Amino acid sequence: MKKGAVLLAVALASCGGDDGGSDQSKPRLVVSAASSMTEALDACSADFADATVRLSFAGSDELAAQIRQGVKPDVYAAANTKLPDALHDEGLLGKPVEFATNELVLAVPAGSEIASVDDLTAKGVTIAIGDESVPIGSYTRETLAKLPAAESKAILGNVRSNEPDVKGIVGKLTQGAVDAGFVYVTDVNAAGSDLKAIELPPDVEPQVTYAAGVVEGAKHPEQASTYLNELLDGPCAEALRDAGFGAAP
Amino acid sequence: MRWFPALLTLALVVTLAFLTLPIVAIFVDSSPADLVDSLGDQGARDALWLSLRTTGAALAIIVIVGTPAAYLLATRTFRGKALVVTLVELPLVLPPAVAGVALLAAVGPKGLAGGAIDAAGIQLTLATAGVVVALTFVASPFYVRQAMAAFGSVDRTLLDASRTLGASEARGFVGVMIPTAMPGLVAGGALALGRALGEFGATLMFAGSFQGITQTVPLEIYNRLGTDFDGALALSAVLVAVSVAILLAVKLVPRAEVLGGAAR
Repeated sequence: MKKGAVLLAVALASCGGDDGGSDQSKPRLVVSAASSMTEALDACSADFADATVRLSFAGSDELAAQIRQGVKPDVYAAANTKLPDALHDEGLLGKPVEFATNELVLAVPAGSEIASVDDLTAKGVTIAIGDESVPIGSYTRETLAKLPAAESKAILGNVRSNEPDVKGIVGKLTQGAVDAGFVYVTDVNAAGSDLKAIELPPDVEPQVTYAAGVVEGAKHPEQASTYLNELLDGPCAEALRDAGFGAAP
Repeated sequence: MRWFPALLTLALVVTLAFLTLPIVAIFVDSSPADLVDSLGDQGARDALWLSLRTTGAALAIIVIVGTPAAYLLATRTFRGKALVVTLVELPLVLPPAVAGVALLAAVGPKGLAGGAIDAAGIQLTLATAGVVVALTFVASPFYVRQAMAAFGSVDRTLLDASRTLGASEARGFVGVMIPTAMPGLVAGGALALGRALGEFGATLMFAGSFQGITQTVPLEIYNRLGTDFDGALALSAVLVAVSVAILLAVKLVPRAEVLGGAAR
């Protein structure tokens, strides 16, 4: 029985080990990325030559909180520049690199009659936005704050859910739980024909820039900076363009 | 064979350390003053009040409907009973995310019964009622299972005696079965309460997250994780305290009453 327990422990330990992936020769690179990049990074990371990439997607702020609590992925890629800059200032992240831009849009179900932000003020319209602690939520609030006060207030009054990440907003939209939501254009592209994107007026549209950095104390800093470079130029950069992300500013 | 007791002790020490360290850390990681401060803001208070209301409502529904249902399952034998019991117990082992998807598919706006619910003018998704539905779904098996066990362990001669004395089954149920099974029912209620209070995934997926409407304490904890870790700790501490109280309530109920009975 003791032998069995030891074997089990060894098996578990080796699973948690560095090279537990199927390819024994490659190191395993852990990438924490904002959930808006799920489809793009899933598509390109299998082709990364230097390491087996393990992706962990969540709201940028949850991932930052994990790093602050001592979790050490190799790469942190956020949906804004604020969180990577803050982590850099705290000595937890190497110098952040801006690698992509995105566009905040109004998303509605394909057959919706909502045609512009102005239509969101009507009574009875239900809206899902990101919680203010996540980038999508702060971009949305930034945009609404630029609208006339009465309009902004009416729209916020119609908000029925503050979701912890963009996937939550998209889910509420595709399930028909809300009439409209503010998400990135890439999320609308990923949702296929279920949703349509309505562009925001240029004067209220926020600048959405994604930045990433190598986590201080990363197990594989070399492979991590290669991965970072490929976000700027390489298969992952291409996958990001295909998903609708813009090139770094 | 000295090594075996040593191995047992080691296993216990590891188990104990593994299970208690995270709980202890909640209280050690921030000062009591910070904890109290973090509970002062409106978001925390709204979440606590909402959790209290929705858990209370869910528990009321569970007890009112679950008690007679459990009585029936404990006192009758019929074809397919094992299947019925299994179906009732299923949410017990169902992952919360599955519960969320299942509720959307069943009673969400595009779900099987979504049209009928909408036509009846009932709003579940993104409404407090939706939170109650999610909590009731995940927590009721805890109560029903325990209540079945409690009813099953009641000495049937008591009920038979009341019947012989001319009491109807309804009177026997209310006057004999419920009082005798009470400790087990209380324990089941406490377990359901604990499960409902901690519900996260199904609530978020089905009901959404909005302060004062659908954002229960676990959702508020998750929201705070990124920006206000101390606040997340403070709310977690409250839930730990409540959980301890629930557990004590269950422990104070005589063991035989809680664990004995039909379900075993």
